[in-house]
This record gives sequence, C-alpha cells and structure tokens, in this order.
Amino acid sequence: MKRSVRVEASGQSGSVQELWLLVLALIVIDVAATILGLWKGFWWAILFVDFVLIVMLAERLEGRIALRHQESYKRVLALGFPLLLLVSWELIVGAEILSPRWFPPPSRIATALWDLTVTFDRFNETSLLGRPWLIPSRLSSEGLPGVWALFQESHLWATLSRVLMGFFLGALPGVLLGMVMGLNRTVRMMLDATMSAVYVLPKIAIFPILMLIFPNPFGEGPKVTVVAISAFFLVAISTMAGVRGIDPVYLQAGRNYGANRLQMFRHVILPGALPIIFSGLRLALGTALIVIVAVEFVRAQTGVGFLVFYHWQILVTEKMYAGLFVVMLLGVLLTYALQLIERRVMPWSE
Amino acid sequence: MIGPEMTTKIVARRANKIFPSVAGPVTAIRDFDLEVAEGEFVCIVGPSGCGKSTFLRILAELETLTSGEVRILPGADPSKPLNNVVFQEYAIFPWKTVIDNVAFGLQMRGASKKERYATADEWLGRVGLRKFAHYYPSQLSGGMKQRVSIARALANDPEVLLMDEPLGALDAQTRAVLQEELLRIWEASRKTVVYITHSIEEAVLLGDRVVIMTAHPGTNKAAFEVDLPRPRTIKTSSTAAFAELSGAIWEALQDEVRRAMASQL
Ligand SMILES: Nc1ncnc2c1ncn2[C@@H]1O[C@H](COP(=O)(O)OP(=O)(O)OP(=O)(O)O)[C@@H](O)[C@H]1O
Ligand SMILES: [Mg+2]
Repeated sequence: MKRSVRVEASGQSGSVQELWLLVLALIVIDVAATILGLWKGFWWAILFVDFVLIVMLAERLEGRIALRHQESYKRVLALGFPLLLLVSWELIVGAEILSPRWFPPPSRIATALWDLTVTFDRFNETSLLGRPWLIPSRLSSEGLPGVWALFQESHLWATLSRVLMGFFLGALPGVLLGMVMGLNRTVRMMLDATMSAVYVLPKIAIFPILMLIFPNPFGEGPKVTVVAISAFFLVAISTMAGVRGIDPVYLQAGRNYGANRLQMFRHVILPGALPIIFSGLRLALGTALIVIVAVEFVRAQTGVGFLVFYHWQILVTEKMYAGLFVVMLLGVLLTYALQLIERRVMPWSE
Repeated sequence: MIGPEMTTKIVARRANKIFPSVAGPVTAIRDFDLEVAEGEFVCIVGPSGCGKSTFLRILAELETLTSGEVRILPGADPSKPLNNVVFQEYAIFPWKTVIDNVAFGLQMRGASKKERYATADEWLGRVGLRKFAHYYPSQLSGGMKQRVSIARALANDPEVLLMDEPLGALDAQTRAVLQEELLRIWEASRKTVVYITHSIEEAVLLGDRVVIMTAHPGTNKAAFEVDLPRPRTIKTSSTAAFAELSGAIWEALQDEVRRAMASQL
C-alpha cells in the first residue's frame, strides 16, 4: 500500500530492479514448489501466491506504460487473467492433481466443443449450431425451408429463440404496464402490492401450471411463456420505479415550457425513465437465461441447457463443460448487444 | 411607483397560499401584494422559507392560489408565452444536448428545426456557449448549466421572465461573471423580470426595485427603488450609493431573518 502511494505520488513506477525481483520471485517459488513436490497438496496456496505476485508486477508495470497504450494494457489484463486460469487448469489436471474426470482440461473441453459443433446427432436430429456451413448447399437444393430446417436442428438457436421471444413478449408489455403504473396513481395503488408479491415468486415454480394450460405441454409455448413472465415483472417494476424517480423539477420545466401530454411523455417522461428501464432490461435478460436453462434441464429435447444436462446424465463431462461455455458465451453476447442498443438509445449517459 | 405612462405587467392582490399538511394547514404567503410594470426588473428578497419560491411558482401556474389574485397580463402578441422559469436547480434536461435544451420551448410550440436551431444558436452565442451546442449537460460545469437554463428561457421569448435564485448554487467568481452577463443581456432586451435572491447585493446590482418579504408566512415588509444609473457593471457595487442602499435594505431585512431563525429553533 505504502509503495503504491509513493508510485502514484511521484508519477513513476517501480524501478526495473523491482520488476525483475518480482519475476524472479515468481519463478523461484514455482520451481521450488515443483522440486519439493508441493504442488500436489498445496496447488491452491501456490496459485494464490503467484496471483498476488502477478498483481504486484502488473501494478508496477502500469506506470511504465505510455498513455496511448493504456487501453491495450487494460485489455491484456482482462483477457490475460482467464487465459492464465485456463493454463493453470490444464497443467494441474495434466499433472493429475485434480481428477480429469470431473475437471476435464480446457484442451479436451475445446475438442468436445468442436465435436459438438461438427457432428450431427442422427438419433435426436440435432446439432449445436445447426451446421451453418451447409447453408449455401441447402439454399440451392431446398431453398429457404432447407435453411430453416438447419436452424430447427440447432441447440443454440433453440435456446436463443426461446430467450429472445420470451424476453420481447415479456419486456414490451412490462414497459407499458410500468409506464401506466408510474403515471396513474389509482392503477399504481391497485396493482403495486400484488405486483410486488408476484415479483418475489420464483417464476420457474409456475412452469408446471403453464404446462397444464398449454395444449402441448412439451412444446415451445410453456417455455417461452415462463421466460416472458419472468421478464415481465422485472421490467414492469423497474419501469414504474424509473417513471416515479424522475425529478419533479423536469416535469415542471416541461409544463412551464408548454409541453402537451404527448410531448411531455416523449420529451420528459420516457427519456427520464430510460436509465432505470434499461437496468431492468439487463436484469430481465440475465433472468431469462437462467430460467430457460433451468427449464431445458427438466423439460426439453433441444437447447443448450438440455445439452448440458444430457451429458451430465451420460457422464461425458467435457461436453457438459462445453455446453456451459456456450451458455456463458450466449449470456455475454446478449448483454453486449443490449449494451449497444442502450448506447444508441441513450447517448447522453456516457 | 408605476407612472401613468407605464403599463402594468404583473398584478398580485392579497395573494394567499395555504398548504394542507398532516400537522395542519401551513400558510406559506399571506395577503401578498405586488405590481410590476412592463420592462421592470423586480428582485424579491426574504428570509429562507418565507414563501418566495411558492409565489414564483404561483406566477408560473405551477401551483394554485388559495385566495386573492395573481395575474400576468398578456401582451400584444397572443402567441408569445406568458412566462418562463429559470429554476433554482437548473432543471435543464440531461438527455438533451445544449442546443436542444435551449430550443425546447420553441420545439414545444411547433417551430421547425431550422427555425428553432437558428434562435437557439443566437442565444448560445450571447451566453458564450456556441462551442458547446452539441454537448450534453453532464459534460458542463455548474455555471455553464445555469447559462443554458437562462438561454432556454430567453430563447422562448416570454412576456415575463421568472428567476428563482438562479445563481444561488454557484461560486463567488462564477456568480460575478454571470451577474454581469445578466445585466448586459437584460439591458439589451428590457424584459419584465421577477428575480428571487438571497443576496441583497445581487438584488441592488440587478434590480430596478427590491421587494422585501417578512418571515414565514410571507407578506410585504418594505420595497426600495434602486435608482443607480444604468448600464451597471460589477464596479457599480463599489459606489457609495450602492453601499448606502444595501445597508438600508439590510436594516429592514435583519429583523425578519432573526425572526425566521428563531422560529426554526
Ligand atoms: N408542497 C408543499 N407542501 C407543504 N408546505 C409547503 C410546500 N411547499 C412549500 N411549503 C412551505 O411553504 C413555506 C414557503 O416555502 P418556499 O419554498 O416558498 O420558501 P422560500 O422562501 O422559497 O425559501 P428558500 O429561500 O429557502 O428557497 C415553507 O414553510 C414550506 O415549508
Ligand atoms: Mg426557494
């Protein structure tokens, strides 16, 4: 702590000797641990010490990096950490310190992911991505229906379409109801308590009821609906909070400058509530993913959640991890897409 | 005070405002009288909580009157808005760029984009913010935000400008600069202004007349004509006449301030 204060105060980083000393310490500790055979029992402690040393090293390195390279430096840190994590995982499992059965090394998970991508499961008539490389030939032989059939066999597409459809079907009415509740006192007083009560109910708990309601309990209907309902309440409640949270002085300014009802909504209420609406949408998206994977665990023959659960049942753990990786990737990409939209819609919130 | 050749712009007669509250009704202003002539700059000074903002909000029709009469008389041009407020908290929209904020009133009245941007650009030039036209308020300092707020009101060209402690939240230097800017702009346009402030010096520097309100509930205490010559600048505040008038106003105000403070204990 003392050191970093000094570093910041002088605008200088650690000396070159200091850097080398840290690198040396890192090497010595790891080599010594290997020679003394300490990895087997204390791999977690050694990794922790390594981590601390690397943080110290990076801290001292930061000040030596030119300002224009700071962005790339940040990226190196953000990507370097998971990379180091994967390498350590690979090595530790490779040395049989952890069982490869429960913790298959990343290389085998990557192979499994590749396997899942290129193979077509003839029995279930499914594949992970829907074999996109077949699109050109299908398009020429069978036209658009052929391409659609490829989409239909994709686990990723199954999950993605459930999430997106459920999300939109829930979020749009959610925003509308939240707006009405935010603007109309009577509606709010009538619905608020009920909404708050339903809000805390885990929506997955109503899945069995939804299965009874729909003519085809095993079809897409109940799955999309449970996602929509989860998104709906989250978005409605945060939209209401967003509308209620607008500083009254903006409403007064709108009135004083002659805005009519429609202009008031368009120029004051909607933009004023947007930041909170978007934080509700972000939460709803995350929840939608959780809910759909849970549903696919129990009641689906397609979808990434099904893939994970199926490979757990037949104990092919590397494919299970590959499925988890795809779920993670889906979450990251969807969040990123929402962020892009948010930046487009609210350019003022930088 | 108002000569026969001047037209009256604002009338308030026996204005009362009572807020209902759980602890019983609160009288915010009692029998308050005010008459403002066209083109007059009136400053209202009074201890905190005496009802100045309440009165201004009644003038702006953001609050209703309990009894009495408060009116802004329309001018020759009926399409002109009666009043616009420069709020104490700026109240410029964070989601609109500077130029869209300044053009807001015109946009609400249906002016074309070209038309309203031309006017907004002119006012941005007058308050020295042309370079920041496409910035968002979050990228501006407090003084710049308040200038946007003032430009928004002036660009809408209302019959009457209502300002509620517009410079209250600014540091001393920024405030001095903005006071000079206000003087310059006002002396060029001679708009009717009701200006609320905590600062006696600011009131004397800017106003044609300083109206003093009593402590809660607010009513008329005294009024002072400010016959310092115009155009005024910051230098005006170092003249003997300025000091004498400020002293006289403070003399009248201090009992009320003491009374207000005592009732808060
Ligand atoms: N909406 C309201 N409901 C109840 N009481 C109110 C309301 N608004 C104002 N008051 C009361 O009316 C009185 C006058 O308030 P007002 O805001 O007009 O004072 P002010 O002179 O502007 O004070 P300051 O100089 O501190 O801004 C205060 O006692 C306040 O508590
Ligand atoms: Mg006030």
